[in-house]
Amino acid sequence: MDDSMRGTRGHGVRLPKAMRALAAALLLAAAATGAMPTAVAAREAQEVGADPAAERHMMQLASELRCLQCQNQTLADSNAPLAVDLRQEIRELLAKGQTDEQVKAYLVARYGDFVLYRPPLKSNTFFLWFGPALVLLAGLVALYVTLKRRLARLDSTQPNPELSQAESQRAQHLLEKETEEGSLS
Amino acid sequence: MSLSFKSLGFLLPLIVFVAIAGFLLKGLWLDPREIPSPLIDKPAPDFRLESLENPGRQIDRKDMLGKVWLLNAWASWCVACREEHPVLVEFARSATIPIVGLNYKDTRVDGMRWLAQFGNPYVTSLYDEAGRVGIDFGVYAVPETFLIDKQGVVRFKQIGPVTPELLHEKILPLIQRLNA
Repeated sequence: MDDSMRGTRGHGVRLPKAMRALAAALLLAAAATGAMPTAVAAREAQEVGADPAAERHMMQLASELRCLQCQNQTLADSNAPLAVDLRQEIRELLAKGQTDEQVKAYLVARYGDFVLYRPPLKSNTFFLWFGPALVLLAGLVALYVTLKRRLARLDSTQPNPELSQAESQRAQHLLEKETEEGSLS
Repeated sequence: MSLSFKSLGFLLPLIVFVAIAGFLLKGLWLDPREIPSPLIDKPAPDFRLESLENPGRQIDRKDMLGKVWLLNAWASWCVACREEHPVLVEFARSATIPIVGLNYKDTRVDGMRWLAQFGNPYVTSLYDEAGRVGIDFGVYAVPETFLIDKQGVVRFKQIGPVTPELLHEKILPLIQRLNA
């Protein structure tokens, strides 16, 4: 359905200019008389509800819902046949006076939480919501513990027993050796 | 004890990395199209539709109570259905349970032509021209197949074509269990 419409639109572009103008004039005339069946109208216009405010409300709600057929688009963005149907469904439910929450519940009952772009807080979404914060917290704790330990080690060696003569000589020797090696490379 | 822990502590970042990489690797093999249906183990939605082949005849959910049955959403415009269809025809030949078609967003003419051409495994097909019943069943891509028990509860859902393997390994054992 979607494809056939796209097809006809594609053909339209290839029409000669004069014919296009004629077609446009005919369409305008038909639209003006109101005789044109809705299916022939431009696609976006075709499904717009009568009330622009209601339509905005519907689109705003649809933009928080996932299109199941093309999963990285919202119901508001997508022109997949199912998205068109579901927008109509939402339009009708809202017109019946249902709240946003009721409409969402209606869709979740059919398609699962997957339709929601904002997943609900549940036991199985706990890590989705709090995982990053927990990882950050764990990192901070690890940092704190590490620093604390390092500090404690420094504290414990505070009296800093002087190196023995032999030890300091050895240290000196090692340092020299290192710089020699360094200069070699 | 604390010594061994400390000496192995340097491995901790590696372990964490491997764990995260493991999850991501698993994610590569998950099919995002397989969305678990919220209908599983819930009563099948109510429906009342005309039969595709017999426009005067209405079929509703109650007609199917007391039987274990398959509901297979299909359409003549659906490419994957063609691939699946021979499997269903074969299954229907030996089947102990009825397969009901849900002719989804199709036209009668195309639907009937399709069945004439490829064979009809369905006891009947529900004619869901507007796709409303499809929405109630959470159909988002045909073919989809539901296994429904005697109480009218959905027990299993397959998204995408039913394969012989799936039939033998999953659906048939489940049917046996539900019929027991």
